[in-house]
Amino acid sequence: MSDLHDLYQETILDHSKRPRNKAALAGATHKAEGYNPLCGDRLSLQLKIENGHITGVGFQGAGCAISTASASLMTEAIKGKTPDEVESAFQKFHALLTEERPPAPDLGKLAVFSGVREYPMRVKCATLAWHTLRAALHGEGQPVSTE
Amino acid sequence: MSARAEMLQSSAVFDVERIREDFPILREKIHGKPLVYLDNAATTQKPKAVIDRLVHYYSHDNANVHRAVHLLSTRATEACDRTREKIRRFVNAGSTNEIIFVRGTTEGLNLAAQSYGRQNVKTGDEVLITGLEHHSNIVPWQILCNEKQAHLRVVHIDDRGVVPLDQFERALNERTRLVAVAHVSNALGTVNPLARMIEMAHRRGIPVVVDGAQAVPHMPVDVRALDADFYAFSGHKLFGPTGIGVLYGKEALLETMPPYQGGGDMIRSVTFEKTDYNTLPYKFEAGTPDIAGIVGLGAAVDYVNGIGLDAIAAYEHELLEYATARISQMGGVRIIGTAPHKASVLSFVVDHAHPHDVGTILDQEGIAVRTGHHCAQPVMDRFEIAATTRASMAFYNTAAEVDALAAGIRKVQEFFS
Repeated sequence: MSDLHDLYQETILDHSKRPRNKAALAGATHKAEGYNPLCGDRLSLQLKIENGHITGVGFQGAGCAISTASASLMTEAIKGKTPDEVESAFQKFHALLTEERPPAPDLGKLAVFSGVREYPMRVKCATLAWHTLRAALHGEGQPVSTE
Repeated sequence: MSARAEMLQSSAVFDVERIREDFPILREKIHGKPLVYLDNAATTQKPKAVIDRLVHYYSHDNANVHRAVHLLSTRATEACDRTREKIRRFVNAGSTNEIIFVRGTTEGLNLAAQSYGRQNVKTGDEVLITGLEHHSNIVPWQILCNEKQAHLRVVHIDDRGVVPLDQFERALNERTRLVAVAHVSNALGTVNPLARMIEMAHRRGIPVVVDGAQAVPHMPVDVRALDADFYAFSGHKLFGPTGIGVLYGKEALLETMPPYQGGGDMIRSVTFEKTDYNTLPYKFEAGTPDIAGIVGLGAAVDYVNGIGLDAIAAYEHELLEYATARISQMGGVRIIGTAPHKASVLSFVVDHAHPHDVGTILDQEGIAVRTGHHCAQPVMDRFEIAATTRASMAFYNTAAEVDALAAGIRKVQEFFS
């Protein structure tokens, strides 16, 4: 039996109760909408990219603790990064949630989501923000869905 | 434990502990804890009688129906015919010609929309639904209205989740071709005053299609007393198998309607130039039906009749009252759907905790609830919430399980306070 404290680690509870960068971003250069039809969670994400680096990020939306904390921690993790670096971080994050192996050493705080792997129904909660981020970067225009 | 809880436990007329023994799955452990199954509005568990009937059918009787002269085909055909008669009696239809086997409520409603609806709804007409409908009683009508350039009109619910009858009556007019309404709301538990709504519609000559999915497991349904024109329900919410359901339709209406799907069984004779359709009910049953599902549904109806829907309704009413009192006593929990007349659904939101997190934490306690929009997004929009946690009860649930739910909610609050 998995312990709920492995899923709801302190950092996750903290970021779900006090999400960072949860505000509309002025002067955004990229944006996207994300939707998880399973739970009805919606997420709006704005980015500001200058000289190939993410210099600003903001998100809005209501979601569960996992999706809110994931969005919050993601916004912290991607500031100053290039789109290529973000893609690499996403791949490592996705592997953390779905694969049985130790987390990539450079995941930093994002490693707190390792407990989500034991709850397959919740993986989409953790990846909603990241899918929305990729849609914003790749300018897909259409709202992305986790389904 | 309260006096009411004790009464529920020791009721001589309704021996819930004995009933629970009929359901093998209720002995399952979930994350090491006894299963507390409170997701009955999504699907119900199956008594051993239904499981055994399916095994018996596939072990002894399996063959296609209406196809062959051999003995197995005769047995399979007779088993289907017997179930059709059981269903007729179960909903008090006038004739087995009025009992159409479908995949479930959704297919029944789509059949009504695509056959009766396409034939009778024209440009500028209106189809009237209510604000508490499940997506399956919204989308088929939307598809129809888009095709016909007709208008889908909605009578909205009030803050309790009740359809105001005066507004319902005012919405009926000379352009209304059809009313489609749930008997019981899956998201809120509201029981609609169906007989009065049907009477109001009939006074203006408007037929009524009823989504009965959440009603038939909880209360006796008499389609003739209600005077429903169409009434759809699912086997799997009635302790029967998935993949089988029923559409009741008045024979006079079914006779005038075009087929829904073409294929085998629904024909009398076929040439490349012309097809003569079969008689009722087969005209609406193209292809090999879910024979095992039909047989299993028959066993489920026998089982439910054995307990009696009046006894079930009385027990569940007490249980819902107990659960409502227990949960509403808790601080930081708000019940969504407070209609005076409800079936055993308790939808709620917990302060500072998203339903998805509530569902995960309850699951760790062995408690199965549904979290989300319950395929009723307009209901969620009405209450300005994204989702709820829904505990939906059946006659095999107990007051002790309600207590377990309350304890689980306390645990949620410890995490998210």
